[in-house]
Amino acid sequence: MKNKEKIDLTINNYLGKKGALIPLLQEIQTLEKYLSKDTMRYVSEKTGIAIARIYGVATFYTMFRLKPQGKHVIRVCKGTACHVSDANSILKAINSKLNLEDDQDTTKDGLFTVMEVACLGCCSLAPVIMINDNTYGKLTPELISNILDKYN
Amino acid sequence: MALTIKVGLASCGLAAGAADVYSAIEDLIKKNNINAELKKTACIGMCFAEPLIEITSDSGDFVTYGNVEPNKVEDIINAFQKGKPVSDNVILSNVLEGSENKNLKKQERIVLRNCGIIDPESIEDYLQRDGYKALEKTIKTLSQEEIIKEITDSGLRGRGGAGFPTGLKWKFAFNSKSEKKFVICNADEGDPGAFMDRSVLEGDPHSIIEGMMICAYAIGADEGYIYCRAEYPMAIKHLKKAISDAEEKGYLGKNIFNSGFDFNIHIKEGAGAFVCGEETALMASIEGERGMPRIRPPFPAQSGLWGKPTNINNVETFANIPWIILHGAKKYASHGTPKSPGTKVFALAGKIKNSGLIEVPMGMSLKEVIYGVGGGMKTEKPFKGVQLGGPSGGCIPAELLDTIVDYDSINKTGAIMGSGGMVVMDSGTCMVDVAKFFLNFTQNESCGKCTFCRVGTKRMLEILVRITEGKGKMEDLEALEELSENIIKGSLCGLGQTAPNPVLTTLKYFKEEYIAHIRDKKCPAGVCTYLMKYEVIEENCIGCTICARKCPVNAISGEVKKSHIIDQDKCIKCGICFDVCKFNAIKKS
Repeated sequence: MKNKEKIDLTINNYLGKKGALIPLLQEIQTLEKYLSKDTMRYVSEKTGIAIARIYGVATFYTMFRLKPQGKHVIRVCKGTACHVSDANSILKAINSKLNLEDDQDTTKDGLFTVMEVACLGCCSLAPVIMINDNTYGKLTPELISNILDKYN
Repeated sequence: MALTIKVGLASCGLAAGAADVYSAIEDLIKKNNINAELKKTACIGMCFAEPLIEITSDSGDFVTYGNVEPNKVEDIINAFQKGKPVSDNVILSNVLEGSENKNLKKQERIVLRNCGIIDPESIEDYLQRDGYKALEKTIKTLSQEEIIKEITDSGLRGRGGAGFPTGLKWKFAFNSKSEKKFVICNADEGDPGAFMDRSVLEGDPHSIIEGMMICAYAIGADEGYIYCRAEYPMAIKHLKKAISDAEEKGYLGKNIFNSGFDFNIHIKEGAGAFVCGEETALMASIEGERGMPRIRPPFPAQSGLWGKPTNINNVETFANIPWIILHGAKKYASHGTPKSPGTKVFALAGKIKNSGLIEVPMGMSLKEVIYGVGGGMKTEKPFKGVQLGGPSGGCIPAELLDTIVDYDSINKTGAIMGSGGMVVMDSGTCMVDVAKFFLNFTQNESCGKCTFCRVGTKRMLEILVRITEGKGKMEDLEALEELSENIIKGSLCGLGQTAPNPVLTTLKYFKEEYIAHIRDKKCPAGVCTYLMKYEVIEENCIGCTICARKCPVNAISGEVKKSHIIDQDKCIKCGICFDVCKFNAIKKS
């Protein structure tokens, strides 16, 4: 845990509030980039919420990451419109540019994490990817290399 | 001449580069000292032509341009000022012939009445368009029973997909006796291929807040939640701004319009689980638990959030409410069909020319929606099917295109209206692959509570994978149908009960494609890579050896600078050679 003080502040903000676990974990993840076992254990100790419940929630929702992630997160949309517009070729182009094997999602230098998401809601621009908060639409595999070069 | 220039800055617009267009116009206005007001707006609906700008003169002449690039802005604005607007890329206009003029006439805008017109971050803009007048009318002149009667008489049905009568839902919540009640807006738009709610949330957030407040007043609630998916950062930003502006103006908070009515709204960001679109799962998620559905009854109207009576409606449903209160149930019911009154917003996507957001009266035929409003197919390839209702819906084939858009007619085809995603497919789409795509989705998103949904969808997916790899058997088709029947019967919530629909509808309308995969080992659409045959085109191959080096099973042989050959017995049809070849020397058939 790198941000213990900030985490303590966040926990204090939510203590005693109803339904706080998910927003609490979301804020901690924003600070830490992911939820490590130590972090979850710490939250459990501080809040009195059983660690099994915290782990249960963290593994249920796709937004929570249990592994460290890269500096830039690439979300590849696999929604219906993107699927029929060959989103697979975009994913392939990204993986090949970043030299990622099938079972890897983060580059060795920790610069990029690639994940597939259900739908980004920009279906009319399919196929679409999102890098951090920037959306790129009407993609072809040839465009990927230049887009990724902008991030370092 | 004074101009008003609006730039569409919703997610779609930004993805297409609208922010650069906006700053180019901003610079130009300063540089040339142009007498123009530059305004932001959200989704205008013609997403296929983003970035979009609309220029209006003080005399009311306007032109909307599409596919605008920053370096074209100066020419466009100069020409407009001189009274001779550029005629390229005109989407809409009252002085020129715009490509969308005719298509827009076929639409009726109730839900999208403000989208693309107002600046969603300005409460003043909303107030100018009769904003919060319906709330005022409600609180000052109507009793709770009168509001519920008005909504019941309008015939409005839940726009989240199931089509349950909204007035009746409110009545149940009203009839529950409790000191504390909740109103929830379901903004967890999860269907892949659907972006109606995102556009309304981004483009007209106050209309949803106003709709929720009218509902709260009617059922006697004082607290509301908007459950919005975290993948929509702009929607959340606009909602937060709208809530704080409404609080500042006294529309939200304590003693609204001096009536003693209090109402507060919280925003809950979803954490990524499709099943949370189901109302009981959504409430579990707000309570901070794993979002798993529970048995109904008790229905949320009796025991919902934290055990209190709760009314949940979807974004589009709430956006209809202020309009109904202001214009009356009768006028609303004059749109659409007797059993499905009003309009429906659809997100057109896929292989359609004018993809984007449309709102049409219920009762329009699918053909009119796709060819009339949507402009027909994007390419020369012919229409094959249209997918409605996302993972819970189905594919409707060409021969049923005369089906009209209303809840009951769509249900008869085996698809469902759903929330309004409409993905158009052409002959290049493999229907078995589409069924596999949706099953993969529902199988991933099944929360795991019900055995048939958890295990049954997995078995179905395995069968579909097998078929697309050319290892299917004819008995598989019966197994798919039998599993479907049991998953529908054995699941608690809508996710499981509708998960087999994409398979059942494709089996019903495109069975010959399944048979081609199983018996002939062919994918007629040319999508399923395992059924492809890869061959080297001798005259194009220069012998660069890259394919041989990249082939994972060493199925390609040949000498440097000489044409290579693929050993068909060894080939696993992974398609890597096709992807890596820079000389178009690999043929896929």
